[in-house]
Amino acid sequence: MCLAIPSKIVEILDNNIAIVDTMGVRRKASLELLNPKPKVGDYVLLHVGFAIEILSEEDALESLKLFEEALQYENELEQ
Amino acid sequence: MEFCGGHTHAIMRYAIDKLLDGYIEFIHGPGCPVCVASMDRIDLAIELAKMPNVIFTTYGDLLRVPGSYRKSLLDIRSEGHDIRSLYSCLDAIDIAVKNQDKNVIFFAIGFETTTPPTAVLLKKAKEMKLKNLFVVSNHVMTPPAIGYILNAGISHIDGIIGPGHVSVITGMKIYKELDIPIVISGFEAFDILKAVNMILDQHIKHERKVENAYTRAVTEEGNKEAQKLIEQTLDIRDTFNWRGIGPLPKSALKINKDYEMFDAEKAFDVKLPPSKEHPLCICPKVIVGKAKPTDCKLFGNLCTPENPIGSCMVSSEGACAAYYKYQEVELCM
Repeated sequence: MCLAIPSKIVEILDNNIAIVDTMGVRRKASLELLNPKPKVGDYVLLHVGFAIEILSEEDALESLKLFEEALQYENELEQ
Repeated sequence: MEFCGGHTHAIMRYAIDKLLDGYIEFIHGPGCPVCVASMDRIDLAIELAKMPNVIFTTYGDLLRVPGSYRKSLLDIRSEGHDIRSLYSCLDAIDIAVKNQDKNVIFFAIGFETTTPPTAVLLKKAKEMKLKNLFVVSNHVMTPPAIGYILNAGISHIDGIIGPGHVSVITGMKIYKELDIPIVISGFEAFDILKAVNMILDQHIKHERKVENAYTRAVTEEGNKEAQKLIEQTLDIRDTFNWRGIGPLPKSALKINKDYEMFDAEKAFDVKLPPSKEHPLCICPKVIVGKAKPTDCKLFGNLCTPENPIGSCMVSSEGACAAYYKYQEVELCM
């Protein structure tokens, strides 16, 4: 349940719903648990379809870089 | 002890347990919502799903947990009952609106991170005046479970890697009364190593405090909007049954009076058969750190992720599933 990959808000729709991008995968997420509300371009943590926290861009990019490195390393291990 | 099943999987995935073998022993905690759901709650889910005119919804992993009589929700679905797994609990609203002639039940499980979405669901159901949507709250709380494990003296525990996303919601403040080094951690390898390092520092200095190694997401106060939504919709139960622990006072949440029209436990009178655990499954011991998955006679032969006997092998956060998935990982150095 705990998906720790930062997701970027790419579009905000009606009813507190946003389209978020998680390492290239796009899906809907509810913004009901965030106050103040995030804006397009913000990075958030997702949990069961809800954004639960806004992350700073610096932290989010650092985290995404580490995820990509880990994935690359795992791919190398499998080859 | 790492409390959270997400941490257990990260520790195994990145082979941190092997890296620190001989120095640090990781004892796996109960922070896996599917694993701690007691057999009587699984039986309740199955009996609710079998009622006529019901669409039963829940989060994915729960569908595969066998009940007392060896049948899971998935088995019941194959017998023709309408059982659906949800990505977001708000999807239950769409299902209720599109199926006005059916009763839609959402079986809510999870720790503090998964509780606020259920609170949002209850508020929306009330705003929309839905008459055919019902919720079963099985939401449990982290501090009573940690308190139980420390007081019961189950294992020798020098420190606790605290749950990352639970703490995003609750803040650091909920751990203040626990008398042991606790360091809140994220889910990446470096997060866990940093948390281990901070626990060691406390251990050397004979300190017992709550620290934060997940500062990019966790604050002292937590997510106040989420906390407010929980307070508005849910109350603390006097007691709640956990797998592996049994009845634990003030450790779970029920739907409050303002939202009781959506409480499936009040709306439906379900007669439950006496619940029973599988005689050979040691999942109850694995959950509280009394045993390792590999101590179980069923592990990897009769009990696998494809054909799970206990909830610890079902869940993507369960310790048995982590051992099964990553047991072949050898450290490359």
